[in-house]
This record gives sequence, C-alpha cells and structure tokens, in this order.
Amino acid sequence: MCVKWRPDTSEADVAVNKEGKDINKADLDYDINDWDRFAVEEAVRIKEKIGGKVTVVSVAPEDGESMLRECLARGADEAFHLCDEAFEGSDGYAVARTLVAFIKGRPCDLILTGTLADDDCGGQVGGMLAAMLGMPQSSLVHKVDIQDGRANIVRELEGGLSEALEIDLPAVLSIATGINEPRFVSIRAVRKVAGLDIPVLTSGDVGLEQSQVGAAGSRIKIEKVFMPPEGEGAEIITGSTEEAAGRLAQILKEKGGIA
Amino acid sequence: MTLVEPAGVPIGGVPAPLVAVAVLLVAVSLFIYIMARRVEVLVRAQPDPRFSDLLRRIKLMLLYGFGQARQPRYLVAGIMHILLFAGFIILSLRSLTLIGRGFSADFHLPFMSGALGFWYEVLKDYTVLIVLGVCVAAIIRRAVFKPARYQHTGGGKGHGSEAYIILGMVAALMVTDMIFDGSGLLASGKANHTTLFPAASISAYLMNGATPATVNGLHLGGYWAHILIFFTLLNYLPVSKHFHVITAIPNVFFAKLTGGSLKPVCWGLDDWMSLEECGIGRFEQFTWKHVLDFYSCADCGRCSDNCPATTVGRALSPRMISIKARDYAYEHFPVFGGRPNSKDARLVGDVITPEEIWACTTCGACERECPIFIEYIDKIVDMRRHLIEEGRVPVSLQKPMEQISKKGNAYGGMKAKRAAWTKTLDGIEVKELKKGDSADLLFFVDSCGSFDPRIQEIAKSFARILHRTSPNFGILGKDEADSGNEIRRLGEEGLFEQLSRSNIEAFEDRQFNEIVTFDPHAFNTIRNDYPVKFPVLHSSALLSRLLAEDKIRLQGDYLRDRVVTYHDPCYLGRHNGIYREPRTVLSHFPGIRFRDMERSFSRSFCCSGGGLLLWYENEEEKERMGVRRVHMAEEIGAELIVTACPFCLINLEDAIKTTGNEGKIEVIDMIELVDRSMV
Repeated sequence: MCVKWRPDTSEADVAVNKEGKDINKADLDYDINDWDRFAVEEAVRIKEKIGGKVTVVSVAPEDGESMLRECLARGADEAFHLCDEAFEGSDGYAVARTLVAFIKGRPCDLILTGTLADDDCGGQVGGMLAAMLGMPQSSLVHKVDIQDGRANIVRELEGGLSEALEIDLPAVLSIATGINEPRFVSIRAVRKVAGLDIPVLTSGDVGLEQSQVGAAGSRIKIEKVFMPPEGEGAEIITGSTEEAAGRLAQILKEKGGIA
Repeated sequence: MTLVEPAGVPIGGVPAPLVAVAVLLVAVSLFIYIMARRVEVLVRAQPDPRFSDLLRRIKLMLLYGFGQARQPRYLVAGIMHILLFAGFIILSLRSLTLIGRGFSADFHLPFMSGALGFWYEVLKDYTVLIVLGVCVAAIIRRAVFKPARYQHTGGGKGHGSEAYIILGMVAALMVTDMIFDGSGLLASGKANHTTLFPAASISAYLMNGATPATVNGLHLGGYWAHILIFFTLLNYLPVSKHFHVITAIPNVFFAKLTGGSLKPVCWGLDDWMSLEECGIGRFEQFTWKHVLDFYSCADCGRCSDNCPATTVGRALSPRMISIKARDYAYEHFPVFGGRPNSKDARLVGDVITPEEIWACTTCGACERECPIFIEYIDKIVDMRRHLIEEGRVPVSLQKPMEQISKKGNAYGGMKAKRAAWTKTLDGIEVKELKKGDSADLLFFVDSCGSFDPRIQEIAKSFARILHRTSPNFGILGKDEADSGNEIRRLGEEGLFEQLSRSNIEAFEDRQFNEIVTFDPHAFNTIRNDYPVKFPVLHSSALLSRLLAEDKIRLQGDYLRDRVVTYHDPCYLGRHNGIYREPRTVLSHFPGIRFRDMERSFSRSFCCSGGGLLLWYENEEEKERMGVRRVHMAEEIGAELIVTACPFCLINLEDAIKTTGNEGKIEVIDMIELVDRSMV
C-alpha cells in the first residue's frame, strides 16, 4: 500500500516560486493524497474481509510520519517511512524505483496505490511499479473482490461506462476515489497507535545509490511552472435569480449544453 | 337494611381476612420481585453521580414532580394529567384503607376515624368522580380525536394499547369504589348526603330498587373486584409504559442540574483514553440514570412533538429512543426467566440507527419539554462517541471534522490567517494579544467569525462596537482554536480535549477581565464544558450592559417601522437561560414594533444547528428546519428577524431565499443591527 504526502492546494492561494520550477510550498498544509486515503481504506477493508496484513509505505519528508500514523489508526498493520534528503525532487520514475527497492524484499499478493496524486496529477507510479515488478496493473479501480488468487475488479471508464476485469495476483491496483466511504479516524484511534514504531529507511537501507533516487535519478526535468494566461469569453451573469437563470439557460442552449 | 361487610363473609369457605392476607402477600411479593429485577438493571449500569445538591433536587421534585409544573405546557392534556395525579395521591390513602377493610369492617388509617376521616371521605368521593371523568375523557380523546403526537413513527412497537389498559383499570377502580360505597350509602339510608358524596349517591341511585341481597352482593363484589384490580394494576406498572407512575418522581429528583454541559465519557475516570471501549454501542454501557429515563418515559410524545428533526422528517424521534431502549431492556432483562441470547443484537445499529443518532441538532427542545426531565443529548452524544470510535461518521461531516483536527477550523483556512478579517476594518486596529498581553475584554471570534465571509461581517460589526465602547479589547488571532462545542457534541471527545486545552492555555497566557463572544455555541462550551472556568459573556449580555450604562445609544432608522421578531438561539436560550438580555437590547430601539413568534423562549425552534452542522447533509428530511422557522416568522407578519447566533443567521438567510421571501423578510444579527443603529 503506497501513499503520498502532498500539499493541500484546494483552499490555498497557489503561487509559482522564484525559480519558476515549482509552486511555493512553504505556507501550504500537507496531508495524505486524497486518492490514497481511499486506497488505504480499501486495503483495510480487504484485510477485514479475508484476512492478511496491510503494510503502508511512503516516500515522504519527515512530517509525513503523521500521515503514516493515521494509516495505522485506520487499520493498517505496519508502516514504513522512506525518508532521505536524497529523495527530494523525485519524479514518478524515481519514486517507483525507490518503492520497488523496498517492496522487492517483501513478497506480497496485492499492491494498492491511488490512481494519481492530486497535486501533480502524474498518475505514473502505479503503472511503473507494475512494470518494474513484472505484475499486471489496472487503474481507476472502483470495485475490488479478491477470490482464489485472483482479483475481480471493476474500473471506471469515460462516459459512465464500467469495465469488469479479472487479474491474476500478485497485481498492482490503482484505486479511484469513491470506491468506498473512508472511515473517520478519531484522535483516540491515532492515540491508540501512538506506541507503534514506524521504521525510517534511507536510500541505502533499501539498497539504492543516491544517484538512483531523487532529482538525480529522475528522468523528467521541469522546465517551467506558470499560471495559465487568463482566457477570454468568460461571462459573469448578474441580475435577479430569474434573470440569471434565464441567461444561463440561454447560454447552455446556444453552446449546445442542453438540447 | 344492614349490609354484611367483606371482612365478615368467607370466600369459598375461607375466612375473608385469610383471603385478604393471601392476596396481599402474593401481590406484594410479586411486585417486590418485579421491582427487584428492574432495579437490578439499574444497579448493573454505569455510574453517574446524582446525589449532589440535595436541596435543589428536593425543590425540583416538589415543583416538577409533585407540582407537575411542566404539565400545563400542553394545557388540556396537562390539566387532565394534574387531575389524575392529584387523584392518585388522594386515593392512595383510600386504597390502603380498603385493603385494611378486608381484615376488619371498621378499619381506619391512623387519625382517620373522626371528623378528618369524614371530610377525607367527602374529598375522596369527589375525587373518584373527577378521576372517572378524566379517564373517560382521556379514552375518548385517544380513540376519537387521536392527537398526532401519540402516533408511533420511527420503528419500535406501538404502546398505545397499554394506555387503554391502564385507563380502563383506573376507571374500573373508580367504578368498583362507587359500587362499594354506593351500596353502603343505600343501605345506610342517608339519602341527604348527595352533595357530600356525589359519586356514592349516583351509584346508590342506580342501585335503588334492587333487593337487599343484590345490594349486598354488589357491595362484596365491588370490594373484591376493587382489591384485585388494584393489585393487578400495581404489578402491571413495572412491566408496561406506565412504570412512570413509580419512577417519574425519582427521575425528576435525579434530574441533570447543569444545563448546556455534557457528561464525560465515563464518570469518575479522567483517563478515558485508556478505556477498552468508548461511548455507548451496547445497552450495558448506559448509566443507571439513562436506564431510569427509559423506565420513566410515558410515551406522551411531547419531546418528538417539539423535536425539529422529527418535524422535518429526519429519522429521529426522541421518544422512540426511550421506547426502543426500554423494549430492549424489557426483552433482554426479563422479569421471568434468563436473558435471551443477545450477542447478535447490537443496540446501536440494530435497535437505534446511526441515521437517528446523527439527525439530532442537540437543540434541547425535547429535554426542555419532558414533564419528567428525561435527557436525550447525553445519550445521543454517547452513542456518537461509539460511532466515532467505529469510524462511522456521515461523509458530509468528515471533511470539516478533519479540517478542525488539522487546521483548527472547519473552513480549511490557514491558522496563520485567522486574524486576516481584521485587516479590512476601516480605521480600526484590532489588537492581537500575544502571550503576557492584557486587555479588559478578550473577544473570542471562533472559526466562524474568522473564516466564514458572512460571519466575518458580524465580527467586524462587533469590533466597531467594541472600539467605540470598550476600546481596550483584543483577540487571540492565530493562537485561537475552534471552540469545540460541536466537535464535542458530535462525539469526538479526543479532539475536543485538544481544542479546549489549546484555548485554555491561550486564555491563561493573557490577562483579561472577561471573554466575550457572539457565538452562543462558543459561549456555551467555554462556560459549561471547559474544565477550567473563565468569566465568559455572550455579546447580547454585553450589549444590554452597555445600553444600561448609556455607552450606546440607538436610533430606529434601520427598522423602517418594520415588524421585528427575535429568534431565540438554542444555545443561548434553552441551554443557558438567556432570553431576557437580547429582548432588553431590542427594547432600546425607539419605536420598535416587536412581536414574538408563537414558538419563542424555551419553545424556540432550531434553525438546524450551528458549527459543523452547517456542513451536515441529511438525506431524509423533507424540508429544511430554517424554512420551517421562516414560515413561523411569516405567520406573525415579521419583516425583520433578529438573531443572536451567527449560524441561525446563515440558516435563516438561506431559508429566506428558498422560500422566496427575499426583499420581504430580512434576517440580521443583533450586533449588526446595533452597529448600524448607533447614534
């Protein structure tokens, strides 16, 4: 079960930093990637149904410990914190390679990730993990049923379609939000797992050179991060409720939104 | 004609006194046994210290137990109940006397043989007639007029038939008493006693002309029937919904004395975090007072009749919590036989559903209405604590709760920006008190005033008023955390402890005379929940004081001659008894046309709740509570609704829009109204 620690950009004023290659993250509040929250919940539910052990791992800075602690409170059995300054600046490939180095020594039947992270929306790690480990993979999974060494899954497609698949285990499944209703994790639940040890592992601990991880081990270089130029054609509808509704209906008809 | 008295006539060859002893022994033993089984459940329940403040408890018992002071809130039913209850008290002496008559024909209670006894007989005779009349009226009322509040909704078995059984038995007691006394009167030939003994006279009149043997037969039959019905009734009470006849007065005596507060997770245990389980998921986790509440519910429906959740069609009907829990108790702790295997039945989940538990706004209308002080909020919160433990929280509430946990406010605003609203005030600088700073007044803004754009307007108005009247005030700024009132009431006790500890620390690090807040929810929790006490004031009380001190003067321009009403916020009124101050403030507006809504003061109707409940989405409700409330304002022709709670303002403003009342009715917070009306 792999999770990501990411800045919450939903309520924040996002600004590009001085170097122009990233956003200002100093003032942002970090939390678990929302997609991963559903994936952890799903992992715990599978465990509650058919037994097994849930291990959570994350490549995250020091503060990420609270996220792993919350995963334990949610019902995971153990958590590992891959934390090393050398991991900074990793792209999807470097993260996947780091995770694979950790996973290789620990045989498992099922690897769950979120489909994508809601900060950079890369959606790469799940697929790369599967490729590197030689496992089958599926993404946008919104139903999982494990039976006899196989996973029967349903994935969301465009246009309201769903696709049912059968996958041999071990496999990597990238989970969609909405697959479940994640349970609420109370302060008491977190307090109960306060005594559990969350081992911190560096690149060396998982058998990787510093050059293989982080920015050095990445294949993508960010050229520039910028705000999209303001477009034209936006119209702010004013007037009374009736007038505004009328205008909105008119626009939708004109643009083909409604028949 | 001379009658033979019951004590002198053997039954089936057995002397009457022996029969009387046997009946008495069997009936009383059975009663003691049933009561012991019922009390056993109380003894095994969780602790709850309810023996403090005895003087206050005795007063409560006299006023609301014996005095029935809450009964007339429902006038007709209330008066009927008071008559029945008075009859019950008066006739209890009569019942004892009649039991004694089985042993000796001229048995009298001590001091009751002379003139006192005679006049008691007169009083008793009138009472019999009144009680019989009330029973008949009550049966007709239930059968013909069918008051809506007796309808059963929300699962559980109906208990309406029990009402007929008990009314029938009480009526039969009266009739048999009349037959017994009427035959006696007829035999004595004292026909001139009509005005003194109307009940006996009526029955004597009806028996007139019967043979002496028939009259004597009725005399004896009436007696034994009365005795048997009496003991049957006694034993029926603790197995029916009429247990309240026995438990109601103790229940009032043990009532909760602290308004607005919540019970701890476990009484007498500070380290509740170490408990194996937290909250109530199983029946055994209720306290003995909770169970006494269940025993005491008479199923009268007053709570649900006033419950806003029930009114708008949510799953909750408070009385069903009591009824279903009592049914559960009667079934799983039976009088006869052992406990059925109850491993599979979960109280929370199977008997009481999460939907019911989350539907409550904790407005307190049910508790305020219950004639015998049955509590609901503590139980609901305890059951929520259990659901929180299991992680079963409505999706709509999870996000704001997590935000409070991570950022100290439900709005997702950054801690550092908690005081940002003050920067848009023209010409007024609001002091952010640092550690060690002092001020006269500490303005507790809370999350809503800090982050909700609409409520920020109230905060700004209040800052302007304070700036003019008591300029030495300050706020906590980024050191302030959410007050935690709703977090606690949603059952997240751990988070509440963190929040209250953080605020208490912030309070202790600064010097001030008083905390003032315009949010009744924050006011309530600081006043009633925080383990360390600080002098805290609601803004309406401060405004009322400033007006009395002539530091504020008001003109009535903003009112524009409109009809004004005041909406009592639950956490100001019902939970903290503040009804007068806001109305005092309004009375300072020259020429105000003020009108109270029908539901006002302690019967105010909740707007759907404050704090985090603003995020709560209920799927069952057919109408928003706020919409209901706006209709009530419409009924009295109100054009301006004044509130003293920011959440009432938001809910009612929404409702004004959805009811198409924009431009016709305006809602305003009292602070904004004062701010706009200061001379």
